[in-house]
Amino acid sequence: MSTESRNPIDTLQRMENSRIGLYVVLLFGLVFYLFPVETAFMTMFKTQTSFATTVPFAPPSADGFTLAALTEAWNTLRPGLVNSLIMAVPATLLSALFGSLTAYGLTTLDWRGQIAVVVLIIAGIFIPYQAVLVPLSQFWYQILPGLANGFVNTLFGFYTNGNWVYPSRNGYVQLFQLSVTHAAYGIPICTLLFRSYYQSISSEMIEAARLDGATAFSIYKNIILPLSLPMFAVTLIYQFTQVYNDLLFALVLVNSPGSQVATQKLAALTGGVIQSFNTTMAGAIVAALPTLLVYIFFGEQFAKGVAGET
Amino acid sequence: MRRILNRLRTAGGRLRSAVSSDGSNEREVATDGGATAAVGDRRRDTIRDSLPVEWELIESAPFWLPPVLLAGFFVYGAIFWNAIISLTDFNGLGEPSYGSLDFSMYARMASDGAFWHAAQNTVVLLVVFTVFCLALGLLVAILIDQNIRFENTFRTVYLLPMSLSFVVTATMWAWVYNASNGVFNQLLRALNLEGLVITLLKPAAVNASTVQWLSWHTTALGAVIFALIWQFSGYAMVVFLAGLRAIPTEHYEAARVDGASTVRMYLRVIIPQLRASAVSASVVLMVFALKAFDFIFALRGDQPGANLDILATMMYRMAFSSLEWAYGSAIAIVLFVLALLVIGPYLYSEYQRGEL
Repeated sequence: MSTESRNPIDTLQRMENSRIGLYVVLLFGLVFYLFPVETAFMTMFKTQTSFATTVPFAPPSADGFTLAALTEAWNTLRPGLVNSLIMAVPATLLSALFGSLTAYGLTTLDWRGQIAVVVLIIAGIFIPYQAVLVPLSQFWYQILPGLANGFVNTLFGFYTNGNWVYPSRNGYVQLFQLSVTHAAYGIPICTLLFRSYYQSISSEMIEAARLDGATAFSIYKNIILPLSLPMFAVTLIYQFTQVYNDLLFALVLVNSPGSQVATQKLAALTGGVIQSFNTTMAGAIVAALPTLLVYIFFGEQFAKGVAGET
Repeated sequence: MRRILNRLRTAGGRLRSAVSSDGSNEREVATDGGATAAVGDRRRDTIRDSLPVEWELIESAPFWLPPVLLAGFFVYGAIFWNAIISLTDFNGLGEPSYGSLDFSMYARMASDGAFWHAAQNTVVLLVVFTVFCLALGLLVAILIDQNIRFENTFRTVYLLPMSLSFVVTATMWAWVYNASNGVFNQLLRALNLEGLVITLLKPAAVNASTVQWLSWHTTALGAVIFALIWQFSGYAMVVFLAGLRAIPTEHYEAARVDGASTVRMYLRVIIPQLRASAVSASVVLMVFALKAFDFIFALRGDQPGANLDILATMMYRMAFSSLEWAYGSAIAIVLFVLALLVIGPYLYSEYQRGEL
């Protein structure tokens, strides 16, 4: 390590010592990053009386072990989990597909002015969503029903008793609105992820295909799409986590209890003064389950997506 | 991409040469590299770009134009609309009176103590969170980069909190910070430090036997920042690790040959090369901080006037609980401007470096 030590065994010994210190620090880091999760996990199995009297991160004693909190949390959150999946899966697929198409147009196709579009799209990633909330709720609750009213005679469906019953307060429609919203706001980040990937594809292949008379669509379908399957995996994983984890849009767009998503249900369980921490901790673990599973099975791709965001 | 940037540059050069030849300053044209390059490029451009560009644009538009329009409408259309609403007195009933453009909401903001408090909290959160995340992330990245065993395990665990939602982490940390028997207070009790911490941190006029981490104005914001650092320092770690891995091993070897100690090597040789990683990580972290709404909302619901108000939570409360939509929109515009101050210079420098 240092030059002044003459005895090589001495140096080795010192290196070993410093490496033990290194591992101690890293293990301390392990404890730091895991203890809230571990505490939640342990509290989940405790009874109402034992979670208040035991050390939070200690396992429940044999007579204090119960699955009651987990069952209660599961029953409370299950409809939310289902709604979250109904909403997040199409939103994720759509924004990934849109991102891929946009990145194709902005990278491999060569047209003027695209740098301006790129800058605007990338800036869209960083927009604080508070800046769009009011227009968003106006759009879904006022403008769209209003537009629908205008077409009332040409559309069928929810037209009864001379009124256009736009089902904006209907549960599944709210989920649909949330899904579309997430798909739209996912386009910028998905575009960026695909774009950095497409920039590494050699343009010779595309030039050659074009000389052979391939259209823009057939180039996308036959060359770009098959090449971008690994990137689809990364983007889908990253985007699913983002959409599933969101609370803000759901708060604004979903108010019927039947269509609340998991984060909303958990926030309702948590908000205000918490009485039974065993139930809320079980709720936290249950609500985290989908993204935790994704993270456990696709950790590498998740990390790639996270790093690709820069 | 390089090709497009070059074309933009030559276009700029052409523009400049046109301007300066008007002004009859011939020497400037001659020394302008861009202008001389433009002469050579112009011929090639006309051949290459005569028809195919238009053809590509029209033929490919059905694929990329709908997503671009969708995102453009939802992002920029909505922000523009929001700006308009902030200039009305819209209260959520009926239609906003779009015709009347008055700045009364912004005037009200200037004299609103709650707003300034929330703004101050936002800036403190932004700066403290980002700085500590970067420092911790850098430290952990350097430690992990020492050729250790089980590197994957450490990396996976350190990044794990980032996969959890704000709501989940807020729920977990509410228990960690719990006043009567949360982890922190039990730890303090075990170390016999509780009395000391109470005397140090307790606000005046409060009579308490335990530390109320989340409700004391002396600790609430710090507690939130600490939990957010826990959640996102793993992100900074990943970015720095990628940066470290991109540094050629020769740089380490050269420093070693020069007899630099490990600390000196990192401070003088390695860390200065991580500037790009630090910039991009801090931009993303600041954006996370601006979006910390979910965390605070889950922690304490939609209660007004607490120490924990940031602009994001205040905006939501004004627009959706107090039904002061115009005021909420005006706060949202301030938040947007704040975000622009963060990302604008970043995007500009990326553009200058040809990284976009």
